Amino acid sequence: MGRNTTPKQDWMLLIGFSVVLLAAPFLLTPVGAGYPDLLQKFAIFGIFALGFNILFGLTGYLSFGHAAFLGVGSYAAVWTFKLFSMNPILALIVATVIGGLFSVIIGFVSLRRSGIYFSILTLALAQMSYNMAYSVATPITNGETGLQLAQSDPRILDVAFGRDYGAVLPSSDLFGIHMNGYPGFYFCAVIFIACFFLSMRIFRSPFGMMLRAVKSNQNRMSYTGLNVRPYTLAAFVISGMYAGLAGGLMAVTDPLAGAERMQWTASGEVVLMTILGGAGTLLGPVIGAGVIKYFENIFSAFNEGVLTQLFDFLPAFLQHAMVSVSSLFVGEGWHLTLGALFMVIVIFLPGGLMEGFNRIRSLVARLLRRDTEEPEKPDPIERVPEPAE
Amino acid sequence: MSILSVENVNKNFGGLRALNNVNLEVEAGTVHAIIGPNGAGKSTLLNCFVGRLEPDTGTVLFDGQSLLGLKPHQINQTGVSRVFQTPEIFDDMTLLENVTIPALAKRDGSFRLNAWKAVRGETEIHEAAHECLADVGLAEKSQELARQLSRGDKRRLELAMCLVQDPKLLLLDEPTAGMSRADTNNTIDLMRRIADQGVTMVVIEHDMHVVFSLAEKISVLAQGTVIAEDVPERIKGDARVQEAYLGGAHL
Amino acid sequence: MDDILLQILNGLDKGGAYALIALGLTIIFGTLGVVNFAHGALFMLGAFCAVAVKSLLGFEKVVLDPTKLTAWGTPVEIRTPYIEAWFGDFGTQMLNFSVPVSIIIAIPVMLLVGIIMERGLIRHFYKRPHAEQILVTFGLAIVLQEIVKSQFGANPIPQPAPEIAKGMVDFGAMIGLQAGGVVYPAWRLIYFLFSLLVIGAVFSFLQFTTFGMVVRAGMADRETVGLLGIDIDRRFTIVFGIAAVVAGLAGVMYTPILSPDYHMGMDFLVLSFVVVVVGGMGSLPGAVVAGFLLGIVQSFASMNEVKAIIPGIDQIIIYLIAVVILLVRPRGLMGRKGVMEQ
Repeated sequence: MGRNTTPKQDWMLLIGFSVVLLAAPFLLTPVGAGYPDLLQKFAIFGIFALGFNILFGLTGYLSFGHAAFLGVGSYAAVWTFKLFSMNPILALIVATVIGGLFSVIIGFVSLRRSGIYFSILTLALAQMSYNMAYSVATPITNGETGLQLAQSDPRILDVAFGRDYGAVLPSSDLFGIHMNGYPGFYFCAVIFIACFFLSMRIFRSPFGMMLRAVKSNQNRMSYTGLNVRPYTLAAFVISGMYAGLAGGLMAVTDPLAGAERMQWTASGEVVLMTILGGAGTLLGPVIGAGVIKYFENIFSAFNEGVLTQLFDFLPAFLQHAMVSVSSLFVGEGWHLTLGALFMVIVIFLPGGLMEGFNRIRSLVARLLRRDTEEPEKPDPIERVPEPAE
Repeated sequence: MSILSVENVNKNFGGLRALNNVNLEVEAGTVHAIIGPNGAGKSTLLNCFVGRLEPDTGTVLFDGQSLLGLKPHQINQTGVSRVFQTPEIFDDMTLLENVTIPALAKRDGSFRLNAWKAVRGETEIHEAAHECLADVGLAEKSQELARQLSRGDKRRLELAMCLVQDPKLLLLDEPTAGMSRADTNNTIDLMRRIADQGVTMVVIEHDMHVVFSLAEKISVLAQGTVIAEDVPERIKGDARVQEAYLGGAHL
Repeated sequence: MDDILLQILNGLDKGGAYALIALGLTIIFGTLGVVNFAHGALFMLGAFCAVAVKSLLGFEKVVLDPTKLTAWGTPVEIRTPYIEAWFGDFGTQMLNFSVPVSIIIAIPVMLLVGIIMERGLIRHFYKRPHAEQILVTFGLAIVLQEIVKSQFGANPIPQPAPEIAKGMVDFGAMIGLQAGGVVYPAWRLIYFLFSLLVIGAVFSFLQFTTFGMVVRAGMADRETVGLLGIDIDRRFTIVFGIAAVVAGLAGVMYTPILSPDYHMGMDFLVLSFVVVVVGGMGSLPGAVVAGFLLGIVQSFASMNEVKAIIPGIDQIIIYLIAVVILLVRPRGLMGRKGVMEQ
């Protein structure tokens, strides 16, 4: 369907994506999401999901351990801050490379199996990394406290270039621009756009086509002369690097790293983002990440007081009932909503929101066609450029 | 010149002797059929050709090179393509993509991280793929998804996927199994045309009609042994073949 | 010698829990072909059956005693559980034995949970891709544990073992070694014996009943059994229910060893998957053997002497073993050749 896009359509998509993203602070203010912390999260988890989608969406290999790469990326970035420089670019390069190296190891082992075996292996290996972060690796991870910056850090490069942060705890800055607030978001956004562009190139490339072939029919693929394993490993490592980069960005916007980022729940979250938006579509995971982070933000902020207000229009007993039922799902109970959403999506809409959009679109198109009944006139809906893929 | 030579191949499954000292020579540029009753060891032999099974003893030489122990993708890279009993295609991709993938595999080898250039920019590959689709008569359907094809068309697509690689040897495992008469005849015509282009083919087949309208040479396998190997006319009259294959009835 | 024996004993109770969960996972995977990521949640639900029974039994009658006053001048409250007030000593004993008593409640509850799960959800996923099965059961696991969290809170809730089983057993003396050499908590020993009992029950059920025969045949070759005209679907429901009960019982009895909290299920699930992989996917004896084996290995790895050589090894040893097994012998210790090797 959308795979045979013209170069022009691709550029339009990229430009549209960039414009929406860069204008997000203004566009999202009316819905209460126009503040930098949340916008940064959109971008960071968008990158994470984009990368995950290259593995899961294209090859169909379901990894349950991608949060490990996110965590490793964070640690690598914070260490770069401590040892070398507060410049985010260096930290991101290190985070991406370390995330990649780590995923080579885990990918090499777990890709010897496929299907459920692969999922279990990635889950187990990620859980092992998580346990290690709390035990053997405490010199690197600082255990439960988490890895933090200190005034006494060496920062060799900063010292060499005469940067002095004085008596305050330094924050990362790009040649003098501090990476918090809106500058931090725009920094993330630029990287997000670059990642989106790269992901689009991969989707359109022969390499991307081979990855879809892995999902479609591995037997035919190997009898066609293609070696399946390096393709899956390459996809795994690329997605691991995306995750490392996302973890690095987390550290850039907030220079501390903790092992909880590596937990299986975090891995589950990126899976959910990807399938919610639509695995295998270019734009789906980005939408999924945005939707989940947005609702997480809204729902976690709710408490009984807010709910009572919300259901104020109802009679007292109904109000009470509604409040007590819905309070299960908000605030602390946000994870319950997440789990329920997970099930609902898998059961009713395995293709995710993108599939939902497409269904609605073709439904509308069919309805319109019935109304006009004029074959000569091109359908207006059909001419809308494909939003995804 | 023989392109595939099988020498003294034996294969046992537990106590069952599936292949018993099989010798076979396939001449380049010919269509060679392997026939035999059920359980004669045809599929086992084919699996030995493509490295799925390793013979207990004996050698399989393709173009003077041993294929034993090679992985399927390595065997393909030496120039052997295979058509399966049930078409193995990329179901959820378009026909054009189905043929583009083998074309790329032929050009780029078993792995290449070609992740920057767009597929649509690979003009030569696309032309070759279109040409092959046209050859098998599927040109108009190039943008359809492969899973929507009829069984006969799926077989054509699979043939196109093999042909685009310009194989030195094409292995076909019951290419007309489960097809209607009309589809079978179309497929025979198609394979005839392919054969006329000089592609070497080894066909494993049940259907005598197919075998005798295609093959230039026939090997008859019975109980793991090659009992006859000759041109079709003489195979037809061979008493041993009739005995083994048809229990004495005349063809 | 005593140390080694002690470490082996130490591994047995945890190994018993792994074995029981892995057994259920294997049965479900073997017959239904579904990977159940919610199986850990069933273990957790079992544990919370014990919590619920305890708190139900512990409902207290509050009586004010006007003759005595507290420091604030209010009458002293005398709290007695209703069950003691009604049944006297028998009631006290019920409370004391709340964990074993929970078993009686847990069996029907878990059976019901299992049946509802299979009928309501799992059934519709037999023909769906494995990835979707994993995802939907994963979502279910989250939902179950979050519901438990909202009802019982996030903190672990300690469950006492019955008085009689609270003490230590001089195991060394029992088997003729020097007295006092191997002393071991009685409840852990009971847990080990209990897990053996349940495993034995499951195996004899599969071995000696017609139903069990069909299940075993189904594990060997599902399609053929279906073709024989045996109504697999109805049996699947029961199989799932049994697996749920086994996991639930493992959870109930484990509560005195590990105070249950809402995420205990997922912790055990990951390890039980590893157990299944090590034992061999689809092999019931493999699941049991690997369960105990890994429990014992883990217990040895947490000895101070071992940790002094390789620090932190106790945290990762199980995963390391799984990786090595997969690389060296992909089908697992007792798996059949070719089963799920790809």
